Amino acid sequence: MSSGGGGTPAVQLDAVSKQFGAVTAVDRVSLTIQPGEIVAFLGPNGAGKTTTIDMILGLQRPTRGAVAVCGLGPEEAVHRGLVAAVMQAGGLLHDLTVRETVQYIAYLFPSHRPIDDVMQHTGLEAIADRPVGKCSGGEQQRIRFAMALLPDPALLILDEPTQGMDVVGRRNFWAAIRDETGRGRTIFFATHYLEEADAYADRIIVLRAGRVVADGTAAAVKSQASGRIVRATWPGASAEALAGVPGADEVELQGGTVLIRSLDADRVARHLLTQTPARDLEIHATGIEEAFLALTGEDAAEPALRRGADE
Amino acid sequence: MRGHGVLDGRPTAAVPPLGGFSFGVLMIEVRRLLRNRRTLLFTIGMPVMFFLLFGLNKSYAGLRAGHGNVAAFIMISMALYGAVLSTTGGGAVVSLERAAGWSRQLRVTPLTPAAHIATKMLAAMVLGFIAVAAVFAAGLITHKPVMSGSLWVASGLAVWGGSLLFTACGLCLGYLLPSENVMQVMSFVLVFFAFGGGLFIPLSQFPPIVQTLAHYTPLYGLNQLVHWPLMGGALHASWLANAAVWLLLFAGGASWLFRRDTARV
Repeated sequence: MSSGGGGTPAVQLDAVSKQFGAVTAVDRVSLTIQPGEIVAFLGPNGAGKTTTIDMILGLQRPTRGAVAVCGLGPEEAVHRGLVAAVMQAGGLLHDLTVRETVQYIAYLFPSHRPIDDVMQHTGLEAIADRPVGKCSGGEQQRIRFAMALLPDPALLILDEPTQGMDVVGRRNFWAAIRDETGRGRTIFFATHYLEEADAYADRIIVLRAGRVVADGTAAAVKSQASGRIVRATWPGASAEALAGVPGADEVELQGGTVLIRSLDADRVARHLLTQTPARDLEIHATGIEEAFLALTGEDAAEPALRRGADE
Repeated sequence: MRGHGVLDGRPTAAVPPLGGFSFGVLMIEVRRLLRNRRTLLFTIGMPVMFFLLFGLNKSYAGLRAGHGNVAAFIMISMALYGAVLSTTGGGAVVSLERAAGWSRQLRVTPLTPAAHIATKMLAAMVLGFIAVAAVFAAGLITHKPVMSGSLWVASGLAVWGGSLLFTACGLCLGYLLPSENVMQVMSFVLVFFAFGGGLFIPLSQFPPIVQTLAHYTPLYGLNQLVHWPLMGGALHASWLANAAVWLLLFAGGASWLFRRDTARV
């Protein structure tokens, strides 16, 4: 959530586009992230998430449009240590020890948290002298996590931070992020895990084919995509009566029960309770995954779009 | 956009001094190089072995060469070979770092590319120093090379300083080649350069056309220059020109390749 208006946005993209030859990877994306927001960046592979993140980090320049990070150019913000990022897989040197890796990054930032604290919080103390190449996938992920926490940045960018982690690992990761970073830090994370976005982000930005197709709270994104479903017991309901319900997008009659899908569930509910004999009214949000699939439809078959196994 | 926009309530983060260059990082980089036993054997062990094999031959080792003897001449050649292997190897490791995604990770830290390259070059130079010291130590222990104390120092420093040229060569290779074969390509290229420079066999042993071509290879000028304190005589402008042109080519190539790499990743 935006914490006090008037602050310099942590991230601001103004009509940013990135073209690779004839391919438009990112298409006129505009977004503003306020300090302290935790924002999930959701979209199928190839939607332009990593390209967008690269532009925020100054690793790529937009073809058109402007990027500002903490009010500075991306490269300047990175140079001043205002941004820390943990990349997808890789990004580690196998011949360094765990401690050397953490120390290496610490040396590069003019101010950082105490190394021993970070090592302890991320459970790396026991394997401090082990070469990174001999660490398991989960241990390497913890090293990346330590590298993210170390610089104490204003803006933390995580590209698929929990990819390859098991359920417990993911939960611990986010619990630690919450503990460690709950002090007004801005977090922007890309993810495939829909449940993760739903559970940990204040706000979800859905990218599809280089464009922002939804931006808002998890609840708003869900309702934007597919609305809510209003269910009620309505004895004697007829197709004609149902058709007259204002705001209904889709109706279904199952015996005495009606199901109405609507983008304006409140209006439907008000109508049902005041103008009809309907009772036992329930309003369901559709699942985040359904919302996601609705928004990114054509990529629905992609295997990467698995539901997170947190439940 | 505000000039010094910083999140509310947060102090302005300062730009790190020296572009993020840090002595601590340099030490870690040196430790990395020293930890790799294969590299050590290759860059330090092999030149020492070559010196012991070729530099001590009774039939010529004691012959006079400039202000010293042939053993001293060969010792300097092998020290140069070792230094060049070390500094090139130290630069070429960026290939592995690019492949591992480490370069990309570093690019989202305050470390500037210039400081990063400087660290790599310095670490490579530390390894180069050890390579020179190892060959010279072999010379001291065997008592065969003969030259004045000041020539030992002057030759050693010339070899070591001159090998800086090849850190740039290593960086070129590191940004040019995929990691799987960078070390193989590097050792092949350096053996070729070493023959061209006359490090292994005097150029006078080659046919004239090969000699002429050899004068344009990157180790030729440097090899002549580092033997100059021992051999005396005129300092040829062509040696300096050879070294200067190759330095420009390697350094220019490395910075161009680096920028290309940055733009792409």
